[in-house]
Amino acid sequence: MAYDKFNILRTTAVPLPIENVDTDQIIPARFLKATERKGFGDNLFRDWRYNQDGTPKEDFVLNNPKYKGKILVGGANFGSGSSREHAAWAVYDCGFRCVISSFFADIFRGNCLNIGVLPVQVSAEFLQKIFAAIEADPNAEFEVSLEDQKVTILATGESEPFDINDYKKGNMTNGFDDIDYLLNIKENIQEFAKSTPL
Amino acid sequence: MSTKKTLFDKVWDSHVVHQIENGPDVLFIDRHMVHEVTSPVAFLGLKNRGIRVMHPEKTFATADHNTPTINQHLPVEDPLSANQLKMLEENANEYGISYWGLGHEKNGIVHVVGPEYGITQPGATIVCGDSHTSTHGAFGAIAFGIGTSEVEMVLATQCIMQPKPKSMRINITGDLQYGVTPKDVALFIISQLTTSGATGYFVEYAGDVFKSMTMEGRMTVCNLSIEMGARGGMIAPDETTFHYVKGREFTPKGEAWDTAMNYWQTLYTDEGAEFDKELTFDGSQIEPMITYGTNPGMGMGISKDIPNAADVQGGASTYKKSLQYMKFGEGDSMIGKSIDFVFLGSCTNGRIEDFRAFASIVKGKQKADNVTAWLVPGSHQVEAAIKEEGILAILNDAGFELREPGCSACLAMNDDKVPPGKLAVSTSNRNFEGRQGPGSRTLLASPLVAAAAAVTGKVTDPRELMEKELA
Repeated sequence: MAYDKFNILRTTAVPLPIENVDTDQIIPARFLKATERKGFGDNLFRDWRYNQDGTPKEDFVLNNPKYKGKILVGGANFGSGSSREHAAWAVYDCGFRCVISSFFADIFRGNCLNIGVLPVQVSAEFLQKIFAAIEADPNAEFEVSLEDQKVTILATGESEPFDINDYKKGNMTNGFDDIDYLLNIKENIQEFAKSTPL
Repeated sequence: MSTKKTLFDKVWDSHVVHQIENGPDVLFIDRHMVHEVTSPVAFLGLKNRGIRVMHPEKTFATADHNTPTINQHLPVEDPLSANQLKMLEENANEYGISYWGLGHEKNGIVHVVGPEYGITQPGATIVCGDSHTSTHGAFGAIAFGIGTSEVEMVLATQCIMQPKPKSMRINITGDLQYGVTPKDVALFIISQLTTSGATGYFVEYAGDVFKSMTMEGRMTVCNLSIEMGARGGMIAPDETTFHYVKGREFTPKGEAWDTAMNYWQTLYTDEGAEFDKELTFDGSQIEPMITYGTNPGMGMGISKDIPNAADVQGGASTYKKSLQYMKFGEGDSMIGKSIDFVFLGSCTNGRIEDFRAFASIVKGKQKADNVTAWLVPGSHQVEAAIKEEGILAILNDAGFELREPGCSACLAMNDDKVPPGKLAVSTSNRNFEGRQGPGSRTLLASPLVAAAAAVTGKVTDPRELMEKELA
């Protein structure tokens, strides 16, 4: 099941300078009851974004028309907690193709890579520079190049490299997914299965 | 290169089907557990690709996250929950997977029933679309939570692609103090490492404290590995493990048992094997623990005061935001804070030993009038043991009722929701904002601390209510 190809993203960004954003905040459990991957974006950051009567919370960044773009920038340890892929789906469904943080929780990072959202880990210092650039100008643009593995603050020209393994980079560049790969080595797997004791 | 291997390396390396250069390993999965919330989109993916489940006999489905914990014999009222449960049943039938749905004698929380029926075995690789899959590491298995794309991957190919994590060993030496439980040990470790201190690592727990722990206790500790960011946690199998596993429905019998034992007895970290990180703590210094913030790393000994923002790792603004949500102040004591709800249950503390501990405190006392208590066994086996051991009578006499098995108020997907602003002492695993219901406030603690709160109506050091054993 291929997904959109990712190459270069040049866009404004939405800042969320909070640490330890867990996946229960990204999408609370009560919104995980769908049986298809549809509509999760409506409930992205549900309890930070809306009051209990469903009216928007004016001070939350997603409700502030000043901020928009395809990059979500979060504080350290973004995506901790529950393994729910719904969190990554909600981020994607809201139009984000990239999340930048100084540190990601493992499962969230993996989920993002599996659905075509690029997790970009930068240094704590560079993260602060990104937040500062958005604060100075909400229309500040950033460039994320997967090919060059580099994120650039276009207003200042400052950039920083980021890591991604070659395999996942290839998948994202070409829009391939892991199951396509695994089905290609199905015979190896079947042979291996015969030798397992359990 | 050293030939000395860690327990983790032994299990991981023996399951690698294929290595991708500068990419993940293709890891063969021995046991795949499936529940209703994270599987429907994965099954839909299989349908869209037109492929079948490769090893239905290695796949087990149970319903737990959405299920009600009262009147389970009646139809599920919430139409969305009912639909997810129905989809799981249909998918399990379609692909020939064992399905332990609502009303089935084996139904229960996936991480409680897996071990109970012997699906969980030493040296196995186990995954489930649930982060607390780390529980099964208590048996010396490599067990970790996965996302729905990965659930589909495992259904389709019985393999998962994973970069090999770094290794960490956490040693707890010495003896635990009276009133200190496995939950306290885990909350202590997480408070020391923070909620992200083990991210990128797979942890092995070692030392006297774990050697003398029961399987239930080891499961509680491994369960909480994810709460410090670890991919998983494991404990080398020993006689305690083999004794627990033997004779269960899905464990090997006869000659197959002997063969399995020959393998299982090799599952330990070789003397001199190296870890990327190694930490040692003195177990005798651990107190009964309680959390005060909105992640499991924000915990402390129950007699301590809430730290000042200036004294903690991480950003002060996030820390203050957390205390503001909890309506607590820096320097506050937790002891004496009035509470509204008590939740005993979950894949962390929903096993028989947890109910024994809870009962040991409430015996002969009465539930406080200001407390609503939800006591939820992890499975029907746990429920049966509660009745057989006379625990139910103790609980009933003290004014408590027992509910039916499920995840319940741990994540509040069913009706068991803590109302906005209310304070709950919970034996579950997460105190995130709104985790137990929108606006709810959670204090994570052991079953002993939960019981002490349930009978006093406030945060209380359980040691004050326990009869000291004669030395």
